[in-house]
Amino acid sequence: MVEEISFALSEEQQMMQDTVRQLVQATIADGIHQMDENRQLDKQAVQKFWELGIIQSMIPEEFGGYGMDSSPVLHTLVLEELAYGDMTFAIYAMLPAVFVLPIVHLGAKEQKELYLPEFCNATFVPATLAINELSVAFDVWNCATTAETKGDKYIINGSKCFVPLADESNFMIVVAQCEGNPELFIVTRDNSGIKVGEREKNCGWWALPTFEVTFENCIIPASHRLGDSTAITWLLQRTRTALSAIGTGISRASYEYAKKYAKERQQFGEPIASRQAIAFMIAEMAYEVDAMRLLSWKAASTIENNLDATRLSYLAKMYAGEMTMKITDYGVQILGGHGYIRDHPVERYYRNGRSIALCEGMAII
Amino acid sequence: MIQLVTPEYLVTLQNNMRKLAEGVLRPISRKYDEAEHEYPKELDMFRNIKVMARPKKKKDGEKSSSGEEKKPKRGANLGMVATIEEMCWGDAALLLSFPNAGLGNAAIIAVANDEQFERFGNKWAAMAITEPGAGSDSGAITTTATRDGDFWVLNGEKIFVTCADRSEVVVVWATVDKKAGKSGIKSFVVEKGTPGFTLEHLEHKLGIRASDTGTFVLSDCRIPYNNILGDPEVKMSTEGFKGVMKTFDNTRPMVAAMATGIARAAVEFTKEQFEQKGYTFDYKKNTANISAVERELYMMEANVEAMRLLTWRAAWMADNGQFNNLEASMAKAKAGRYATLVTQRCCELLGPVGYSTHYLAEKWMRDSKIMDIFEGTGQIQHLIVARNVLEMSSKELK
Repeated sequence: MVEEISFALSEEQQMMQDTVRQLVQATIADGIHQMDENRQLDKQAVQKFWELGIIQSMIPEEFGGYGMDSSPVLHTLVLEELAYGDMTFAIYAMLPAVFVLPIVHLGAKEQKELYLPEFCNATFVPATLAINELSVAFDVWNCATTAETKGDKYIINGSKCFVPLADESNFMIVVAQCEGNPELFIVTRDNSGIKVGEREKNCGWWALPTFEVTFENCIIPASHRLGDSTAITWLLQRTRTALSAIGTGISRASYEYAKKYAKERQQFGEPIASRQAIAFMIAEMAYEVDAMRLLSWKAASTIENNLDATRLSYLAKMYAGEMTMKITDYGVQILGGHGYIRDHPVERYYRNGRSIALCEGMAII
Repeated sequence: MIQLVTPEYLVTLQNNMRKLAEGVLRPISRKYDEAEHEYPKELDMFRNIKVMARPKKKKDGEKSSSGEEKKPKRGANLGMVATIEEMCWGDAALLLSFPNAGLGNAAIIAVANDEQFERFGNKWAAMAITEPGAGSDSGAITTTATRDGDFWVLNGEKIFVTCADRSEVVVVWATVDKKAGKSGIKSFVVEKGTPGFTLEHLEHKLGIRASDTGTFVLSDCRIPYNNILGDPEVKMSTEGFKGVMKTFDNTRPMVAAMATGIARAAVEFTKEQFEQKGYTFDYKKNTANISAVERELYMMEANVEAMRLLTWRAAWMADNGQFNNLEASMAKAKAGRYATLVTQRCCELLGPVGYSTHYLAEKWMRDSKIMDIFEGTGQIQHLIVARNVLEMSSKELK
């Protein structure tokens, strides 16, 4: 039972926030522009994050992990800090969690034994989630990928997009319709029914390799079904909250950059920040970043207390989707013509920020 | 540790207050909107409830009465904003009409000495700051207080005074030394019936009509010297004025809570109406696969959550002794503006039901508009936030 409300970070939460913030500064802050242009995130940065042990800590000791209770609030803080560096860093570095966390929470004993030890490794283990599809107004609940029961097997057919690191991931969770309800299935890379397509070229996420993945009569044993028909509800609460935290990180980055620029940029003999037209935009950015963060904290806190967060995670993602666009738009606008040039990061925030509202399942808490 | 699930005791408080709002305020909501300025006598039942209480003063070195372990801190501000939201879900104008709970009471509780508290503590106190020529720029007030032996003589005009008619005393802001600027501004308790103190007229307003907003004229109004609140000394610094302005850090989250309550009332009513028409709201499908009505209502709900969270954060900070000038203004800036937008859109979605006075939606739209105006307009809040985050002075950012 909850005794008292608190908006303050605990020592542990503060320490984690500081650690990830410093890691972002030390690894990608200076080079992210070039990484974005070169279409490749620095893998050493990902490895450094892996070495913090955040993902390994979620795995019970009996399977080789540290056996800590995974904390949705803590993950929300981590995702915001990573996304403050770059959205692609948040997705990339935390990606194994989209496989590990559902197994830890929903998996049968055999599934845990089979997969979890793979992630107690000294080097980053890529694993991914195939949820989005390249269709107009894509909706998880009506996804076109199907899993058909045949004897003691499932046959998966369909095509997924935005599957990060699909080329190098040995493990993935696939969302497919099964008897009228989207469900989760574990598919391993050695399955001959999977075809990983060309690397996608998207509006944003340049530093993140994402792929189209096609399933053609992809046969998996019945034991690869993960959880039951409620698994998708469990998953969406956590992925939607995660996306709201990422939106907060991108928005904060855009806000802080524009704020600094507005104080330095001189026009008519004074900083443009001394004009209310600019100052009021910055004020709005400031409180909307906070509002977005508080909504993601609230959803995460609700999940952490084992309460249903269907509504709150939905609202948090929706709010973050709308506000990330508004704030990253303001970011470009405050810089004016300079904001449109790729030398400044606000254009990248704008491209990346657009994705929050239109995708699902890119990260998890 | 971040913990944002509403605790049990606050849920209980919210439930009790909502029952009160539903049982007492909602049934008379329309009646007193139409009977503009008439005192809602039904509120007499609250006359003896101490809405605002003076905290007990602790002497230095005083220990808690027993060696018991301290219970978790239950903040007065958080309880207050939670209560206010529920009450304004019922009716904001009626909340403003609660006996003995005026802004002046807050000022008296905060700064009156024991002798003054003895005299005025149990009286309904209004607050008179605004003048025809001084709105947001409250440092520019021209009402004067001149010392004359054991008396102060007040001259000037005060407008937009809430509870102007019903209050028993009015806390009036006046300058004792125009040359001293903001540091010359002091507040004085003026009792009704004092010669030279006239309630000139009551305003007819867009909304919160149950609240009696009025204009006072002070014409050679003589009050006892001891009616000055706080230090009579004029110090050539703006510390005193800043101290007065600081009380707004506590009242701004309250207005934000009022805004949240009205907005929530409108969203709940609108959802209920659409549910009766067969709409379902299940928070499942992505936003490209829902109707425009669903989408808009979800976004309004998200905004109400955001308004409440910003408000609760500011109140929680005050309860924990943290300086919350920035966060209080953030809450007011967001909640004031969005209460207006949300209630407007609800009326549009409701169509004629949103415009007919058979329902309360149109009233909520009118009532909510004041939330972006009083206790500092939305523009002033944005200015405060901007100066704070940009670290610019009022000279650098006008």
